[in-house]
Amino acid sequence: MIDRHTVKQGSAAITVEEVRKSFGAVQALDGVNLVVPHGRVLGLLGPNGAGKTTLVRILTTLLSPDSGRAWVAGLDVVRDASTLRSIIGLAGQYAAVDPNLTGRENLEMVGRLYHLGRKESRHRAGELLERFALAEAAHRGAKTYSGGMRRRLDLAASLVSHPQVLFLDEPTAGLDPRSRIGLWDVIRDLAKDGTTVLLTTQYMEEADQLADTITVIDKGRVIAEGTSEELKGHCGGEMLRIRVSDRTQTDTAAQEVSKLGTDAPNVAQEMGQISLPVNGGASILAEVVRRLDAAGVAIKDIALQQPTLDDVFLALTGHMADISLEDDQMASDGEGRDV
Amino acid sequence: MTTSMAVSIRKQIGWTFSDTMVITHRNLLRYVRLPQLVAFFTIQPIMFVLLFYYVFGGAIDVGNVKYIDYLLPGVFIQTALFGSTQTGVGLADDLSKGMIDRFRSLPMARSAVLGGRILADSVRTAFVVLLMIGVGTLVGFRFHDGPLNAVAVIGLAVLCGSVFSWVSAFVGVSVREPETAQVAGFLWVFPVVFISSVFVPVEGMPGWLQVYAEISPVTVTVDTLRALALGGEVTPSLWQSLAWMAGIVAVFAPLAIYRYRRIS
Repeated sequence: MIDRHTVKQGSAAITVEEVRKSFGAVQALDGVNLVVPHGRVLGLLGPNGAGKTTLVRILTTLLSPDSGRAWVAGLDVVRDASTLRSIIGLAGQYAAVDPNLTGRENLEMVGRLYHLGRKESRHRAGELLERFALAEAAHRGAKTYSGGMRRRLDLAASLVSHPQVLFLDEPTAGLDPRSRIGLWDVIRDLAKDGTTVLLTTQYMEEADQLADTITVIDKGRVIAEGTSEELKGHCGGEMLRIRVSDRTQTDTAAQEVSKLGTDAPNVAQEMGQISLPVNGGASILAEVVRRLDAAGVAIKDIALQQPTLDDVFLALTGHMADISLEDDQMASDGEGRDV
Repeated sequence: MTTSMAVSIRKQIGWTFSDTMVITHRNLLRYVRLPQLVAFFTIQPIMFVLLFYYVFGGAIDVGNVKYIDYLLPGVFIQTALFGSTQTGVGLADDLSKGMIDRFRSLPMARSAVLGGRILADSVRTAFVVLLMIGVGTLVGFRFHDGPLNAVAVIGLAVLCGSVFSWVSAFVGVSVREPETAQVAGFLWVFPVVFISSVFVPVEGMPGWLQVYAEISPVTVTVDTLRALALGGEVTPSLWQSLAWMAGIVAVFAPLAIYRYRRIS
């Protein structure tokens, strides 16, 4: 875990100190502290409404904090906003590409607005189209692009001016698994080049795959930070997952096995699912099967797993990092945006 | 002021101009590439000229001028105002699609988003007015008071459209949804256009309506255009028209900019 007091602002790529922001009655950020060293990938993990997007919008100068301060590449996000804009890149929740322009025109426009000049803008657009496998579609209107292509174009646009710090707000939201994995490769390559990346996601797997360190936020507060391994340590050892055939027997099954765990089992009645933190691996597995058999509970599925970040999230917050909050998000935020 | 400050200010102005041009170009491409917009801005004005001319032409008494000569300056303004509703629709579209977020995260001049939108819409209005002059000429329209006045007619029509673009911009950044912006646009543009001398002399309206119709910004502007096109007394309607336009910009430009800055 990073001790933010030992890192002076200026030596880190991103420093956030006690940042708060509310929208009416909704406290989107409630005193967030964060440090991202140069060249690292930070995964900002949390459910909808956790405050991820609000934090990204503050760090990219789109929004001012109510209180607290933040620096990106040593520049104050409020006072040095206009200088800061020329050295950061942002790919937001929407693929913000102009559907009426071609892929090439989109990138050239962004280049011109970064004040790269006409010639350099054209050159850079060509480079990025090549790199993001869009060269063949470069002269087609962006509205004809697939979801994955639009995301790649959006990401390319955020890289036009070789940003020192890159902000990716849920870069793979709404993508099919294949496009998602494709985009992961692209992000990994960027990290290899030494770009500092702050990436928000609600997918545990995504943070696990891409980030050097993960910061978990919930209800506008940082609730944990560390490497993926460290966070998984929160959950103790392995996780035994049981799925019963008859959901009405879920509680019975949970009672039967609870003594075998290192902690209380987590029961998802509606799915007939029990997650039990255990120590002792395969021998416990056999014992669980025996007990459930004796109690007359039919098992649909049983597996012993390393804890996932889902488990971590559950252990930290007491609720699932589920996407079912999507409706609340619309209700709590008039702009229909993740706050 | 030191030299380096002067240089940096000059540079700033240069970038603002360049950013505005980039955004204007981008907005114009949208008009060219969306078939429904191409239809809206070419077929519709032509249709209006021909419809009003052939359908109303025989029924409306406008005194001793040809109806097409009376009608066309009115249709210029009608089209300019209808077109100005698209300023708000375009801005709301950019907002809802996240384009404005992208622009605001770039080191570009912030004024270029609004400026480039209104400039593009002014170019489009100029194109549409020229198109209508072409079609109007085919059915008998003529400028009666020289080419200089003809240029003034086009200029004033375009200016009027860009003035109302500020109203539309305010609506667009307030409602933030292109569909809502479209509906909201029609809500203000219809009464503003029709309660005026655009199609018929205001004398035929009921007394209470005449009170507004006679002094409406559309009436005084159309009267100015008619005076310029047909030959006649241009003042005082020109001054009234310019005063209205200055007033509308003075109210709605700050409102639109205020709303735009408060986007979060």
